[in-house]
Amino acid sequence: MRPGLRSLVGMPAYFDNAATTAMRAEAVEAMLPFLRERFGNPSGSHALAREARKALDEARDVVAGCLGAEPGEVVFTGGGTEADNLAVAGSHRLRGGTVVCSAVEHHAVLHACADLGGRLAPVTADGVVDLDRLAEVLDADVTVVAVMLVNNEVGTVQPLADIADVVRRLAPSAVLHTDAVAAFSWIDVAAVARVADLVAVSAHKFGGPKGVGALVVRQPVKVAPILYGGGQERDRRSGTHNVAGIVAMAAAMQAAVAERADVVARVGALRDRLADGLLAAVPESRETGRRDTKVAGNCHISFTGVESEALLMLLDGAGVYASAGSACASGAVEPSHVLAAMGVPRDRALGSLRLTLGRDTTAADVDLALAVIPPAVARLRNAAQ
Amino acid sequence: MKVLAAMSGGVDSSVAAALLVEDGHDVTGVTLRLWAGAAVDAGCCSEAEIDDARRVAHQLGIDHVAWTFTDEFDALVVAPYVAAHAAGRTPNPCIECNRHLKFGRLLRRAAALGFDAVATGHHARNDPPGVLRRGADPDKDQSYVLYVLGQEELAQCLFPVGHLTKAEVRAHASSLGLVTADKPDSQDVCFITTAGGREAFLSPRIALTPGRVVGLDGAAVGRVDAVELVTVGQRRGLGTGGGDRRFALSVDPSTGTVVAGSLADLYTDRVELTDLTWVGGQPEPAGEVEAQSSAHGRPVAATFDGSSVVIFAEPHRRVAPGQSVVLYDGDRVLGGGIAAG
Repeated sequence: MRPGLRSLVGMPAYFDNAATTAMRAEAVEAMLPFLRERFGNPSGSHALAREARKALDEARDVVAGCLGAEPGEVVFTGGGTEADNLAVAGSHRLRGGTVVCSAVEHHAVLHACADLGGRLAPVTADGVVDLDRLAEVLDADVTVVAVMLVNNEVGTVQPLADIADVVRRLAPSAVLHTDAVAAFSWIDVAAVARVADLVAVSAHKFGGPKGVGALVVRQPVKVAPILYGGGQERDRRSGTHNVAGIVAMAAAMQAAVAERADVVARVGALRDRLADGLLAAVPESRETGRRDTKVAGNCHISFTGVESEALLMLLDGAGVYASAGSACASGAVEPSHVLAAMGVPRDRALGSLRLTLGRDTTAADVDLALAVIPPAVARLRNAAQ
Repeated sequence: MKVLAAMSGGVDSSVAAALLVEDGHDVTGVTLRLWAGAAVDAGCCSEAEIDDARRVAHQLGIDHVAWTFTDEFDALVVAPYVAAHAAGRTPNPCIECNRHLKFGRLLRRAAALGFDAVATGHHARNDPPGVLRRGADPDKDQSYVLYVLGQEELAQCLFPVGHLTKAEVRAHASSLGLVTADKPDSQDVCFITTAGGREAFLSPRIALTPGRVVGLDGAAVGRVDAVELVTVGQRRGLGTGGGDRRFALSVDPSTGTVVAGSLADLYTDRVELTDLTWVGGQPEPAGEVEAQSSAHGRPVAATFDGSSVVIFAEPHRRVAPGQSVVLYDGDRVLGGGIAAG
C-alpha cells in the first residue's frame, strides 16, 4: 500500500510479531559500532580483532545466561532455521538412527526430519504432543527427537518436561531438541528448556536483528557441523562471526528477559480482550487451541466461510497487519500443516487469521483490530453468498 | 477505477498493468499460484514468474499480492485434464483455467474486495464494453481462450493490450524499462514440462495403455505405447511404418484401439459441441459464422445448427474430442463449446 493511502487509516496496527518483531532500541545501539569502526574479525589476532573477540565473548556470556547454558554450550548461527538444521541434521550425522519430530514443527525441523526419513509424533486437537502416541513412535533406534517449545502458528506450549520423560524412558540414547524460536519472548526458556539437549533461538523474534540465532548444545552432547570452513564455534559452525548481529542479539535477549514477566501480563490481557472481542463480534468464529496452553501473544481464530487471503488484503488496506499462519517466500498463503495435524477441517483452516501481539502492541491497536475485523469478515461472507 | 491487474510475470500483463497506471487507475497487481506440484520450467505460476510480476509492480509503483488457488486448480483444471486423457480426449486446460480460475475464482474475489474491474494481458478486446472481439494483432489474438466468459464476467474485464500488436507491447515495456520486456512468450501448458511432456505428467497419474492401431476395415496396421497420448488428427507415432500416410481418426482407451485412416478419411463436414456458452449471443440456425478449432488455428466458414452441431462449409480436419471450437462473427466472439466424442 502506498504511504498516501496508509495515512488515511492512521497508524497501522502490527499483529505479526510471530513473523518478526521491531528491533529494540538497545539492540540497534549495540550493533551500530560493529557495523562501523569496530569491524574486526574476531578470529584474527591484532587489536581490532581482539576487540571483536571480546565483544563476542561478552555476548556469549549473556546469551548463555539467558538460555540457561554454559558459554561453551552456545553455538551462534545464521538464524533459527540454521540452528534447527544443525540440531537435527548435525545430530543425525553423528549418531545415525531414526529422527522423530512433532507434526506441528516449523518447516526448519519438519523438512530436515523428512529429509532424513524421520517419523512424526501426532498432536491432539489442541495442538499438544500426544504423549501416548509419542511413545508409540519411539524406540531404542531413535537418536534424535525434536519438539518445539511453542508453536509459531497457534501459540501452543508443549509439555516439554513430560515429553523429555517419555523420550528418556523409551529412547534412552536420543538427544532431545527443542525449537524455542517462538517461545523466547514469552517463556523462561532458561528454566523450561533445561530438560532439552539442544535449544534453538532466533534473534529477530525478540527484538534483535534478522539473520542471527543460536543453538545450545548441552554438554556432553555433540553435533557434527553442517557447514564446512574455518572451524569457528569449536568446529560446530564455520563462517566468520556476525559480530554486530550477535552483540545485538545479546542486548535484545537481556532486555527481553528483564521485561518478560511484565510484557506477558500486559500483552496477555490485550490478547484476551482481542480474542474475546472477535469471538463475540463474529458469528461462527473459533479460537484455535486452548487459551490456557498458549503463549500470551498469540490470537489464532478461524472464520468459517472466509478466505484468509482475501481477509488479509482487506485488513492490510485498513491498517491491520496480520497473517494467516506461515507464509511462503512469495507471500502466498500456504495450507497449514499445523492446523491439519490438529484435525482442523480444511474449510476452517482456509479461513484462519493469526494475530500475534508483541511488546509494542497497544490498546489502540486492539481497538483498531476489533473495529476492522468483524465488518471485513461480514463483507466477505456477504460477497460469497 | 480500482482495478486488479492479473500479472502472470509475462510482458503482456506487465504492460496491461502499466497502461492502467498511466490512465490514472488505482491498480493492484495479483499473481496466482495455481500449480503446486513438481517444479515446472514454464508457465504462469512458478516462483520465478511471481518474482517477475512483483518486480514489475515495484517498477510501476503499485502493490502486488500472490494468491494461492492450487486446490481449485487441481480440482477444476488438472483432474479433468487427466480424466479427459484417460478417456482418449485431448483437453485444453488453459480454457478450463480461464473458465474456473482466472475468470471465475479471481473475478469473484476481486468483486468481494471492492475492485471495479479485473485486467489481464490477453490479446483480445472488450470493446465496446460487452462485445468480446479479437485482439488487434492477428498473430497474437487470444480471444479463442476467452469464449468461456459470460456477459457478467466480461462486464468486469479489461484487456488493456488488446488494441496493441505484440511489437507495440514489447516497445512499450522497453520504453518503461520493465524487467519483463524481453521475456519470450509462454506457449505451453503451465504444469507440463518441455522435457517430459504430457507423458511424464500423465504416466504417474493414469495407466497408459499400449494399444492397437487399426484401419477403418478393422485390420491391424500398427501399435502405440499409450492410447491416452494419441490425439485425433495426429500422424506421427502411430507405428504404421512406411507406405501411405495415416492419421488418427478416433481413440478408444477402453478397448486400447486407435482407428487410423488416410488424410481424406480425416476430413469431415461437422463437429458436435458440448458445454456451449454464448458470450456474444447464439447464432441463428443456419446462420453463417466462422469457426476456429485451435488457439492459433485459421477460422473457417461454417454454420451452426441451432442446437449443438457446427457444419463446415468446406471439408475440415476432424476436431479432436476435448478441443474447443469457437464461433465468430467477423472479429466478434459469439461463443463456442467443446468437441464431443
